[in-house]
Amino acid sequence: MTSRRLVLTRSAALIGAASTGLLLPARAQGAKIRVGLMLPYTGTFAQLGVAIENGFRMAIDEQGGKLGGREIEYFKVDDESEPAKGIENATKLVQRDKVDVLVGTVHSGVQMGIHKVARDSGVLNLIPNAGVHIATRGQCAPNVFRTSFSNSQPTRALGAAMVAKGHKKAVWITWKYAAGDEAFEGFKESYTAAGGTIVKELGLPFPNVEFQALLTEVAALKPDAVACFFAGGAGAKFMKDYAASGLKGKIPLYGSGFLTEGVLDAAGPAADGVMTTLHYGDGIETPRNKAFRLAYAKTFKMQPDVYAVQGYDSGLLMVQGANAVKGDLSNKAALYKAMESATIDSPRGKWTMSKSHNPVQDIYLRVVENKENKVIGVAAKALADSGAGCKMG
Amino acid sequence: MEVLPRGVRVALGLGLAALLVFPFVGSDFYAQMVTRMMILAILAMSLDLLQGVAGLVSLGHAAFFGLAGYALAFLTPQGEPVGLWWTLPLAVLGSGLAALVIGFFVVRTHGIYFIMVTMAFAQMVYFLFFDNKALGGSDGLYINFRPGAEIAGRTVFDLDSPLTLYYFTLALMLLVYFFLRRLLWSPFGRALAGIRVNEHRMRAMGFGTFGYKLSAFTLAGALAGLAGYLWGVQSGYINPELMGFHMSANAIMMVILGGMGNFAGAIVGAFTLETVLHLLKDLPQLGSVNLGKHWQLWMGSFIVLVVLFASRGVLGLLQPSVRVEPASEDRSQHG
Amino acid sequence: MDLPTFLIQLLNSVQYGLLLFMLAAGLTLIFGIMGVVNLAHGSFYMLGAYLAYALSALFGSLTLAIIGGVGIAVAFGLGLEWLLFRHFYRRDHLDQVLLTFGLIYVFEELRSILWGDDVHGVPVPDLLAASIPLTDNLSYPVYRLFMAGLCIALALGLYLLISKTRLGMKIRAGAFNRDMAEALGINIKRIHALVFALGVGLAAVAGIIAAPVSSVYPNMGSQVLIMCFVVVVIGGIGSVRGALISALLVGLVDTFGKVLLPQAAGMLVYILMAAVLLWKPEGLFKQ
Repeated sequence: MTSRRLVLTRSAALIGAASTGLLLPARAQGAKIRVGLMLPYTGTFAQLGVAIENGFRMAIDEQGGKLGGREIEYFKVDDESEPAKGIENATKLVQRDKVDVLVGTVHSGVQMGIHKVARDSGVLNLIPNAGVHIATRGQCAPNVFRTSFSNSQPTRALGAAMVAKGHKKAVWITWKYAAGDEAFEGFKESYTAAGGTIVKELGLPFPNVEFQALLTEVAALKPDAVACFFAGGAGAKFMKDYAASGLKGKIPLYGSGFLTEGVLDAAGPAADGVMTTLHYGDGIETPRNKAFRLAYAKTFKMQPDVYAVQGYDSGLLMVQGANAVKGDLSNKAALYKAMESATIDSPRGKWTMSKSHNPVQDIYLRVVENKENKVIGVAAKALADSGAGCKMG
Repeated sequence: MEVLPRGVRVALGLGLAALLVFPFVGSDFYAQMVTRMMILAILAMSLDLLQGVAGLVSLGHAAFFGLAGYALAFLTPQGEPVGLWWTLPLAVLGSGLAALVIGFFVVRTHGIYFIMVTMAFAQMVYFLFFDNKALGGSDGLYINFRPGAEIAGRTVFDLDSPLTLYYFTLALMLLVYFFLRRLLWSPFGRALAGIRVNEHRMRAMGFGTFGYKLSAFTLAGALAGLAGYLWGVQSGYINPELMGFHMSANAIMMVILGGMGNFAGAIVGAFTLETVLHLLKDLPQLGSVNLGKHWQLWMGSFIVLVVLFASRGVLGLLQPSVRVEPASEDRSQHG
Repeated sequence: MDLPTFLIQLLNSVQYGLLLFMLAAGLTLIFGIMGVVNLAHGSFYMLGAYLAYALSALFGSLTLAIIGGVGIAVAFGLGLEWLLFRHFYRRDHLDQVLLTFGLIYVFEELRSILWGDDVHGVPVPDLLAASIPLTDNLSYPVYRLFMAGLCIALALGLYLLISKTRLGMKIRAGAFNRDMAEALGINIKRIHALVFALGVGLAAVAGIIAAPVSSVYPNMGSQVLIMCFVVVVIGGIGSVRGALISALLVGLVDTFGKVLLPQAAGMLVYILMAAVLLWKPEGLFKQ
């Protein structure tokens, strides 16, 4: 067995090399900056992939379409939301296309693969969505920056908001998988800290969407409120089933904001009154957000959502970093420092990077009104992810 | 098509020569890609034993592939690598044992029921790992360090080097190939082929067909485990999707695409499928249509066309006049 | 669990089971009568759901969407059978598995091209939008009762068709011995085309009526496909009666499993299938 010492020195050297970019080939200064986009272009999350790319490009184009004065060449890979191919697809961008920065992805399982490639190769990785904890906790890396959220962040703001409204006994319901578990972590922490009691924790196997059985159980438990984490088509179905079963109006429904993102058209009136917490809301009443939404709608002929904002912010971060090093992306130390100390003037409000490279941001309380997420307050200010186990900074 | 005609053998020989020199002419990225193809070729060969020789179509073969990867993930500590010499056999044996247990229940069914019940068991294994955080959960597990190959404290070869890993995988692939070819012509292999053609007749002749089928299932599972272990070594990340339905279906596709029953086809099929996928996803933009984006359409159409016009696979296309097995078996065998 | 809750859960099981039955019936017919394994069956369900979305937006009425959708689905089924499937009745199961697996990809991508990747909703018709109160805080949506009723009606219709009509007799004869039936003058080609279209139609109807409650989104077909296969295999391939019993069984296991054994809920249905097959290797009922 290789001696521990040899391994530790090997891994230290690896991280050191990664942070100085020694592992990647140097490229001529005048050459184009290669941006790799690894996003879901097919399948369940295709909508999100498109939104993220739109946002990213818009941010870059607004700042002149160049990074630190250099032109950009885009490379795209469809991650198919397939974790088994995560490493293969990420490697395509890093080794074959030799990208300078890898922007991706949405699905946490795929992110695990990207993360490994990012740590092993040292390539700059901007995470525009995937909230998997380990990327900015135990396995944080100097070259990995997240511009979205960690899975427990939105729900960490939910608990206090619910207790403030007098709902002290709640049932939690989600899918039984990593993202659901991590979302629960945030909810449990904040809800119990605020004085609430979790009556029962319900889970159904992923990606089962037959909610009737559990809704019946919720009715039998008679809690003050229900908190949940579902996303996409399943979120719309859950809200519709919830309303149809008569629970709506009798037992208020709360959720992590993803419940109501991108699905309000499909959910219809069933979603009215559902309260969620998220780091963004369509209705944020700031000039910055209004300008962003107008510009996005004009350019892409559709309304932006949180995913578009996350992509946009990734672009803003990239621009700030590239400008700080005047386009010389091989100057890793300066590049990372610039990104770590950046303040992103985002449509969601200004935010900064935590020590483990996750956004420190306000979480908004929203309520659905007429197919829109109306922002009714700030549920938590400058909320940071714990970054537990991260060995940086 | 079990006997490989001369033309095919020459072609295979050339292919082998190409594989031997490839790392020196191709870039690092492509060498890694070929390594992955070779790992999948081992998986395909293991399935060919089951499907092409014994005639058992399993929709759950990937379970044994993934299990060995998980074995390596569990055996590798967080901070240091683990020894190759004992973890590899252990992982392979683990997959073989799982195949034996599952096979014991599954092999008694026939035809379409066999297909479905193999899928059911694979789904069970999948959910077992997906739903349980202790086993890694839906996000999977990292293998932080590749296994070390040492004898008496001295490193024999370093799997961290992509070149070494390439040749290590190539050697194992060839080993598996020649082992299986030997097996094909052994009494055991002949019995399996007989079972595929007409199980009733074999039973009437006194063969304990259950035992033969179970042995084939177990051996195939163990070899799939070998492939899974290597996958874990190369990628360093194991996820429940590696045991899932899609992976199993892809494996079936590889075997059919190349030509069943002779193991060379399995290798050809694995390489072909991966190459086709790679090419389709990289199709250029034609006018306003991004051809690469719609790769699923081309992929699906490709599969449909293969089934319609080349159901004996690539090797079957190469030698159409070779001794052919009866195209469809007795319906009675499918229950 | 108290009695009212138990009864409601029973109702949930039955309603889910009936919907599964509608899907499984189509699959088991195609399976049993033509011997074709069709992995693309979930895609027909998805087709139905998207048709519901497109047609109800066009006509403004779910009823018209059902009629229109069924028509389109049946025509599509006939076309598909004529073009592809009829060449596969005598082929190996393996070839069928592969063919239909390829078709899944094709249909998914066509769906993406035609209707995009967004999540869509289909409104429940006003007539059926009410809910019946069962307990002080739980109600049961009338629409789900309508769904269950429709499934029962279809089940009855199928039963009558297969066992009491001449067409049904011909279908059964063809399934039992194709060549003999042909020799006796039955136009097997047409029968097969009809059965295939019927199977596709049933799946599409299931998708159409489920669309208002399930929403319409990418990959929705793959989620039901596996459950569908499990139902068919447990019930016995080719047996519509078996499909009904097995669908109800699966509904029960799924519903009560989620509530009583959430830890193993994902696996329970597969454990059920394995157990049934070990006891009766060819499913509960023979054709």
